Amino acid sequence: MQTRKISVGQRELGCRPGESVLDALLREQVEIAYGCRQGACQSCIARSLDGAPPAAAQAGLKDVLRHQNHFLACLCYPERDMAIGIGSPEQRFCQATVTGKQLLNAETLLLTLHTDQSLDYCAGQFVNLKRGDGLQRSYSIANNRVHARNLTFHIRRLAGGRFSAWAHDELKLGDLLEVSDPQGLCYYLPSGQPGNLLLIGTGSGLAPLAGIVSEALHHDHAGQIHLYHGSREMDGLYWVEEMRGLAAQHANFHYTPCVSRGDAPDGVASGRANDVAMKQLPDLKGWRVYLCGHPDMVQQSKRQAFLNGAKFDDIYADAFHVASATLD
Amino acid sequence: MSETTATLYEQLGGEAAVNAAVDIFYRKVLSDHRINRFFDHTDMDKQAAKQKAFLTMAFGGPNNYSGADMRQAHAHLVKKLGLDDSHFDAVVENLAMTLQELNVPQALIQQVAAIAETTRNDVLGR
Ligand SMILES: Cc1cc2nc3c(=O)[nH]c(=O)nc-3n(C[C@H](O)[C@H](O)[C@H](O)COP(=O)(O)OP(=O)(O)OC[C@H]3O[C@@H](n4cnc5c(N)ncnc54)[C@H](O)[C@@H]3O)c2cc1C
Ligand code: FES
Repeated sequence: MQTRKISVGQRELGCRPGESVLDALLREQVEIAYGCRQGACQSCIARSLDGAPPAAAQAGLKDVLRHQNHFLACLCYPERDMAIGIGSPEQRFCQATVTGKQLLNAETLLLTLHTDQSLDYCAGQFVNLKRGDGLQRSYSIANNRVHARNLTFHIRRLAGGRFSAWAHDELKLGDLLEVSDPQGLCYYLPSGQPGNLLLIGTGSGLAPLAGIVSEALHHDHAGQIHLYHGSREMDGLYWVEEMRGLAAQHANFHYTPCVSRGDAPDGVASGRANDVAMKQLPDLKGWRVYLCGHPDMVQQSKRQAFLNGAKFDDIYADAFHVASATLD
Repeated sequence: MSETTATLYEQLGGEAAVNAAVDIFYRKVLSDHRINRFFDHTDMDKQAAKQKAFLTMAFGGPNNYSGADMRQAHAHLVKKLGLDDSHFDAVVENLAMTLQELNVPQALIQQVAAIAETTRNDVLGR
């Protein structure tokens, strides 16, 4: 056993034999949140920046966090020198060219970007798109990993929305945008367990879910895959025929479009997508659940899914919080 | 009864026990009509972490809870939503039922309830 070097930001410190990374950081007065010092509260979470951390330091973490080399500092007894990050990392951006614009419905734009380097992302993650004047917004990647340099997005126009209305009306083919590193924990790991998947999205929340479905089918996912896409009215839905086609091709993929207002035509369920899903699938024990779109839907569905038996760690969500007008 | 020097936390099974209990406990709390409205507007992720920290504490495990934290965390529930003794009792009841479901011996359940009890006045802001 020997002292290992820990680099964190600009600092370097020694982690002594038998000492956890948390204790070393605290001894050196590096600011880090902690609670139990026993791997229970997960407040001391940190990320290894130079390869996998010791497996024992990842006990109890969600699979996607393990996958991204997060670990608990209080459980980490380094076996080598480590570079670690605490708190949120700095964003890196790459350049991208607009190669496609097409309307999916009256309010949703299918935007295709070609990036100058291939991004290492997982289906379901999002990036921040930044335009020339620095304004940036988060958008989910709508395709699977097969297209590492061609990213597609579903951008819903918000009346008066600075980025979305601009992307609809002014952004042109050939224009340049900056694309951040992929982010977020709502994604599909092909190596994950084969169980059943439930995906619920409202509006452009279909984007990451469509990416996840296509990734899962691409990997011959063994369990059942149930997708519910909801909107208020029929004209808020899109890709209905495409998803029906996919369901016809794959026996384990099931698709239910839902409208919460007005009459639902044949083949479309009436009601909010999450309510329809939870009623049809009352027992979610062992399921993985993906929720994307309206923040209220996401919050409500998390609870419903949990009460229907899904384990908390098996619920993945991205709430499409709209950046407020005063934030930037 | 065999002589033992193990702490309550160890006797209950440590972190593994907390993990086993937290899902059952939280499911009970969210399904309990007496108290689930207090959780209507909370973020499930943050709440689940807090439940875990609470159980760790109640199980006699390592924790950094201070009375002031407890007060601060519950102050708005007391003020705005009328959190009172009956709700506190309901939570303790759910905790005991959770442990029963996990076949924890009654003597240990009583110890857990006694630790939870020590937070009553802080939680209720008295
Ligand atoms: C993780 C994540 C993933 C996301 N993924 C997607 C996605 O895949 N697709 C998607 O379409 N969206 C997605 N979003 C939402 C997206 O990031 C933007 O928030 C959204 O497009 C709105 O940005 P905007 O600049 O157009 O609107 P903003 O300019 O930020 O305006 C937001 C709202 O406020 C209103 N507003 C603006 N200024 C004022 C004012 N002065 N007074 C009153 N009201 C005002 C606007 O009318 C609009 O309704 C995601 C969000 C997150 C957090
Ligand atoms: S301090 Fe609680 S998990 Fe590390």
